[in-house]
Amino acid sequence: MLIEVNPLERRYRQNFRSNIGGHLIGAVLFLCASVTVITTLGIVAILLFEGLSFFKEVSAFEFFTGTKWTPLFTSKGFGVLPLVSGTLLIGIGAALVALPLGTLTAIFLSEYASPRVRSILKPSVEVLSGIPTVVYGYFALTFISPFIKEYIWPDAGPYMAISAIIVVGIMIVPIIASISDDALRAVPKELREAAYAVGANRLEVTTRVAFPAALSGIVASYILAISRAIGETMAVTIAAGARPNLTANPFEAVQTMTAYIVSVSLGDTPHGTIEFKTIFAVGLTLFFMTLIMNLISARITRRYREVYD
Amino acid sequence: MSDLSGSSRTDTKSQSSMFKTSLALRHFRGRVFYGVCLAGSLVGILLLLVLMNDIRQDGFEYFSRHFFTNYPSRKPEIAGFRGAIMGTLWVMTLVAASAFPIGVGAALYLEEYAKKNRLTSLIQTNISNLAGVPSIVFGILGLQLFVRGTIGYGPAICIGESCGFGRSVMSGALTLTLLILPVVIVASQEAIKSVPPSIREASYGVGATRWQTVSSHVLPQAMPGIMTGMILALSRAIGETAPIIMIGALTFVAFSPETPLDPFTAMPIQVLNWVSRPQAAFHDLAATGIVVLLITLLTMNTLAVVLRIKLGRESAR
Repeated sequence: MLIEVNPLERRYRQNFRSNIGGHLIGAVLFLCASVTVITTLGIVAILLFEGLSFFKEVSAFEFFTGTKWTPLFTSKGFGVLPLVSGTLLIGIGAALVALPLGTLTAIFLSEYASPRVRSILKPSVEVLSGIPTVVYGYFALTFISPFIKEYIWPDAGPYMAISAIIVVGIMIVPIIASISDDALRAVPKELREAAYAVGANRLEVTTRVAFPAALSGIVASYILAISRAIGETMAVTIAAGARPNLTANPFEAVQTMTAYIVSVSLGDTPHGTIEFKTIFAVGLTLFFMTLIMNLISARITRRYREVYD
Repeated sequence: MSDLSGSSRTDTKSQSSMFKTSLALRHFRGRVFYGVCLAGSLVGILLLLVLMNDIRQDGFEYFSRHFFTNYPSRKPEIAGFRGAIMGTLWVMTLVAASAFPIGVGAALYLEEYAKKNRLTSLIQTNISNLAGVPSIVFGILGLQLFVRGTIGYGPAICIGESCGFGRSVMSGALTLTLLILPVVIVASQEAIKSVPPSIREASYGVGATRWQTVSSHVLPQAMPGIMTGMILALSRAIGETAPIIMIGALTFVAFSPETPLDPFTAMPIQVLNWVSRPQAAFHDLAATGIVVLLITLLTMNTLAVVLRIKLGRESAR
């Protein structure tokens, strides 16, 4: 009797054991996935804890409306606006460079290029985003800035926003080109063919059929690219200078939020002081600016995507 | 009736105003537009060529054997890149060792194990948001979490006297791991998704468990794609400067790290250090460092392409 039950029971136990193993593996894999959630929680927690302890000493009103940013000087000013304006100058300027170039590239890739040309051009454009930003910084400082000082704006110092704008703009072209190209190619061929059938030429098909149909994806790529430009650090640290400067003149030196954070961490400001805590307040501002832009971009892609078929 | 004909007349009028331009003009505009698009897509590449040429011109003056064997120095003639190369090697080894299992594990969970529920879509949304967080913010995270072992509230995680990992290779590697994880996960997910469901069904059909199916059928098939994504993510990590400046990679390091808890510098940090000096000689040193950095990246990207072609052919067989 016992002998007959045993094999069954053994098999049952084996199944049970292998099932436990399966659950264990599932749990380990879940832990791997939750690392990303913990990362986000960690970022938010650190920025909030340290940022709030900064705002206990400096009022949020002073921080967000003040126009003097001199936390490391003896007469301290904690107005973040010069850093925000520097960041926006670079961000908007880079957008002015990258939006037309990226859009034209995307249109050329999806509407004009033959598969052969495309297979060469697309990876070449994407190389632009694979180059380390410190290399762009070097190029801006040692090539573009002297060139501009020589031929365009002799009054400029060695650091200027415009050369950072140019390299950051070039850096984000692939984001726009790549995502917009995908959006344009997702527009069904039938729409284009219908337009060709009534006599439109390629320009008209592109601007009146393909582009409007892909607009949501294209706009999403714009926002994503600008958000990337705002978060860019090394090229602006190297080329745009280290002077908080409330200006809209791209030929002056400016400091962005990211460059300020780097400059504090390169210096010898002791941890725990109000001077050091500024990086968390600035980081918090930067984090929410880019987060909001990324969320808007994702929302546009999800909500306004034209679904064909 | 008259109303109808009126509206149709305005329609034809607006139609004709749309197309009243001559055919020749429309052809001309089309060609101009083509030219503008072509020119627009070449601007970036042209600038890239100018950049490459600029670096080629400056970057070979100090390119010699002792650039690779010496440590940085105040004298540009004898300054070298060794500390930075060793630091980058150390950090990248650790990043690969930690990002690969975690990234692939997370991708497997999301693609093969997770139920389609709110938690899963939350994790997925979180990953794509994390990919858009500026790298310097990851640096702030690394500075607190790994260097100091605290999130700013409550006690720090300390072993004896030392809290966190300090300004060490370990802190840098963990920070960069978190930074590239979203990229690794998304690339691995794509690779896993591209494995046809019939393979899984065949495996389940002969009685394999989920893990047996995943580990001996899905993963091997997905591996070329995963490896390609991994190498591309690592080549992004090699060029990252801001986060490891934040965790305090020293910019003047005249030694190579011996253990993961040693201080270090990395290639882009050393380049930054040279760029930010006023003397032109150091700018040339920076260009030489950039040449080494770019050659490394080019090698890795070529490897990724070769791997994709080679392994892709094998798994198709």
